[in-house]
Amino acid sequence: MTTTTLAALVPLLPFLGAAAGLLLGRTAPGLVRPLAVLPTLGALVLAVLVAVRQGGGPAIDAATELTPTGSVPIELALHIDGFAALVAILVGVVATCVQIYSTGYLHNDPRYPSYAALVSLFTSAMLLVVYSGDLMVLLVGWEVMGICSYFLVGHYWETAEARAASLKAFLVTKLGDVPFLIGLFALATDAGSFRITKVLGAVASGGIHHVTLVALLLLAGVAGKSAQFPLHTWLPDAMAGPTPVSALIHAATMVAAGVYFVARLLPLFQASTAAMVVLAVMAAVTMTGAALAALAQDDIKRVLAYSTISQLGYMTGALAVGDRGAAVFHLLSHGAFKALLFLAAGVIIHATGTNSLAAMSRMTGLRDRVPDAYWTMTVALLSLAAIPPFSGFFSKESVLGAAEHVITGHTEHAPAAAGWTVLVAGLATALLTAGYATRLWLLAFRGQGAEVPGLARSTDPGRTEEHRVREPLTMTVVLWVLAVPSLAFGGFAYVSLPAWFDGRSLTPTLMTSILGTGLALVGGLVTYGAWQHVTALAPRVPLGAVAAHPGGDAGLVEAEAIAAHEPAYGDIALAPDPADPGRLLLGPLHRHAAAGFHLDALYGVLFVRPVQAGASLVQFLDREVVDTYVRGAGALPRWLGAAVRRAQTGNVQTYVSALLAGAVVLTVAAVLVATGA
Amino acid sequence: MHLVYPAVLSALLFCTGLYGVLARRNAILVLMSVELMLNAVNLNLVAFDVWLSRTAEETLHSGQALTLFTIAIAAAEIGIGLAIVLAVHRNRGTSDIDKLRDTAEGPDKDGPDSGALAARKADDQAGEKAEATA
Amino acid sequence: MTLAAAVPHGFLSPTGVEIAFLLVGLVTFGAALVTVTTRQLVHAALWLVVTLGGLAVEYLLLTAEFIAWVQVLIYVGSVVVLLLFGLMLTRAPIGRSPDADSGNRWAALTVAVAAAAALVWVVVDAFRATWIDLDGEPAGTTRVTGESLFQNWVLPFEALSVLLLAALVGAIVLSRKAKADATAAASPRTPGPRPDGGGSPDRARGAAGADQEGAR
Repeated sequence: MTTTTLAALVPLLPFLGAAAGLLLGRTAPGLVRPLAVLPTLGALVLAVLVAVRQGGGPAIDAATELTPTGSVPIELALHIDGFAALVAILVGVVATCVQIYSTGYLHNDPRYPSYAALVSLFTSAMLLVVYSGDLMVLLVGWEVMGICSYFLVGHYWETAEARAASLKAFLVTKLGDVPFLIGLFALATDAGSFRITKVLGAVASGGIHHVTLVALLLLAGVAGKSAQFPLHTWLPDAMAGPTPVSALIHAATMVAAGVYFVARLLPLFQASTAAMVVLAVMAAVTMTGAALAALAQDDIKRVLAYSTISQLGYMTGALAVGDRGAAVFHLLSHGAFKALLFLAAGVIIHATGTNSLAAMSRMTGLRDRVPDAYWTMTVALLSLAAIPPFSGFFSKESVLGAAEHVITGHTEHAPAAAGWTVLVAGLATALLTAGYATRLWLLAFRGQGAEVPGLARSTDPGRTEEHRVREPLTMTVVLWVLAVPSLAFGGFAYVSLPAWFDGRSLTPTLMTSILGTGLALVGGLVTYGAWQHVTALAPRVPLGAVAAHPGGDAGLVEAEAIAAHEPAYGDIALAPDPADPGRLLLGPLHRHAAAGFHLDALYGVLFVRPVQAGASLVQFLDREVVDTYVRGAGALPRWLGAAVRRAQTGNVQTYVSALLAGAVVLTVAAVLVATGA
Repeated sequence: MHLVYPAVLSALLFCTGLYGVLARRNAILVLMSVELMLNAVNLNLVAFDVWLSRTAEETLHSGQALTLFTIAIAAAEIGIGLAIVLAVHRNRGTSDIDKLRDTAEGPDKDGPDSGALAARKADDQAGEKAEATA
Repeated sequence: MTLAAAVPHGFLSPTGVEIAFLLVGLVTFGAALVTVTTRQLVHAALWLVVTLGGLAVEYLLLTAEFIAWVQVLIYVGSVVVLLLFGLMLTRAPIGRSPDADSGNRWAALTVAVAAAAALVWVVVDAFRATWIDLDGEPAGTTRVTGESLFQNWVLPFEALSVLLLAALVGAIVLSRKAKADATAAASPRTPGPRPDGGGSPDRARGAAGADQEGAR
């Protein structure tokens, strides 16, 4: 098979798997699990093959035009360069891990068939976005991901949180997609084609007339999809979905799509200084703000969600300084360790029966209860905090290095202001990242208090090894699979990756390495100190709401935990826990950070309430004004009908009287006419 | 004899019967009035037949023949009519025409009474059921 | 006849027949008015007898003697008796009943007066000068009527007998159905029509008698 055929099969396999899963889900339940895992695995193998054949060489382009589509042709096109090949592998790995993990996580879920099919469809759409060489076809995958995220985030639609979160995710991303679509049309009109290669050619030859406008419009869509600053609010709420879905959305697919798209069209953005500055500011605000918010969250998954937003800020920051190699490098390593973090968090939530860090900090023995999750999560958190030699260190240093590169004036790709913004924000975020990673680790695994349910100590005489509850094998093996790239990918890759990308070095520079690692260590130590200071308070304030069925299916436990958080603690993101080191560190800022700096409330005032007011106005106009006319139009015939109806008395004599009176009148009239009177 | 005399008498009798049909309440009185109208027609037929049998060369005596037919039909009509009135009286307990208003339109006749009754009955039953379950 | 036709006959010099006709007509019309206005139901039936008898006299004055006797036989003899039976079987009140007239009375009066005015006007206008010559051969002797009936009208006559049969059966069915509900007595005792087939009056009587029996 040619490479083109293989590449076409990569998105096609999960798509066929999704279709088959949806069709056979009810009739053949035994086939659902193989149909979920095998096509995704096949897509991964094919993606690896494609990457091997492409080998970092010149991009593979193939296109076929199915039918003429008016002035601007739409083609089924492939554009596979080093970025596409590697991102496709990442998508394949994460999707396969998620599918395997889901077989255990949602083992008894009655809606598992449709869930697995939607995950496959999601994977297929992301692979289409990655490989597509045509912007219209890319948009198809982009939108399919949007609708799949709606369904998957709303998987537990019995809970109000999940329903609201899925709607919010859909609406907010659509809010970005509208300008995105307009931007695509404007771009294609100027370039005369939707093909990425032709668009980039037009950019190089200066054929795009409204570069800044187009770039900003496209940025809106990217901000929506990649959860960047003004449009990021859907992502923390999307935690109401099942944990594997969170892993899939956050690590490899949906949020990565925006970054990947900018990386693809980076020359277009570079042609507009304003767009680059906007991108840099957006990245800086996103990464620091989200890191602060992550430090204040109580829900373990929301901590990870804000951490995702923050890390995505690093990627857009790398793009803002014109280094897409660094951006995609960080995308790859982040994909690995973030998927690991989410999947491990799922295991922890299942084991403890709660998603609240405050409740976990009052439990002991979690590391003995779920040792796999403990070790792999430690690796992933170290990687997140960018401690050498974990892979996160290398990718983050490449971003900071690129920013420094711009500041020192070695490149004309980006304005120096963008470089400064990204560098300062990146260093501050490194400090915060280490802080919230340490806080998460300490609260989850170093808790004091009652024992975790399902734990069996060897010292307990009454309990034996059989009583110990084990997590499903499918859920733990996946963690170790993902721990390998989190540990080692960066160290091996930073040498070889430039050959796949633009050829620019990704080696960490000494200056930023020392600064970044030093800040990370400071952040970790300060958090540890704060934790030491406040942890004695923990036993005095008993907290903890545990799911009603701790021994049940992992998905069920999680749904109950999410639904129980707000009634138990009064807020979905916040717990009144004085033993939280984040509370001490953030001080008065804590309350605002926990609420995501009140951006949701602001949007509520700015958009939701005007829309609701408009809706009630329309309802008033419809009910009171339009309906009045309708009722008025109906009233006259109704009155006439009532009048006529009164004549129908049922009295036969009345009828006959009227009949004969009429007959007399007619007769007299006829006689008068006949006699000519 | 002037033809006007029987003709006018016939017209007046007809209108008298008309009044009776429209104004009487008892169904049997209405039937009587119908008989009056039929007799008025008969008188007309006879008078014109006599007149025509004098003026025309050939006559079929159609007026008198039709009068006989009318009388026979009137007898049949009164038989059937009385049978119907009796059946109605037996079923409804009345032979007053203006009380037989089942075809009346609207809820203000007969319908609401039975409807309200049924509703009350249903309410009572529901109440009893509630009590029983309590 | 030619003389009579030539001489115009005035209304102010009535012949003896005309005077008799007018007087009997007034009685008939008055009896008819009382029939439709009286409050005593049985009286109404009796006044109807007067009306129908008056009409029979009018037929005689018009020289239609066969029809006059048929009128007496059928109407006065059977129809009124039947009506009286009907009144009794429906438990009509003896004596004055205040609600003999329905609320439709004034509308009925209006319609009736209007119709009467129109009819009288038209009839008078049309036949003001028409004269019936009653001298000579009577126009409605039994012989003349029988010849015309069985020569020219035999087919309608037979059809009419079928109609009477149908009315007979109908009256039986209507009465029997109701009777089966009330009492089980005497339901099969319904005499059929007499098989002689001797003219319509007899048949009419048979039908009426059957109805009477069934109703009882």
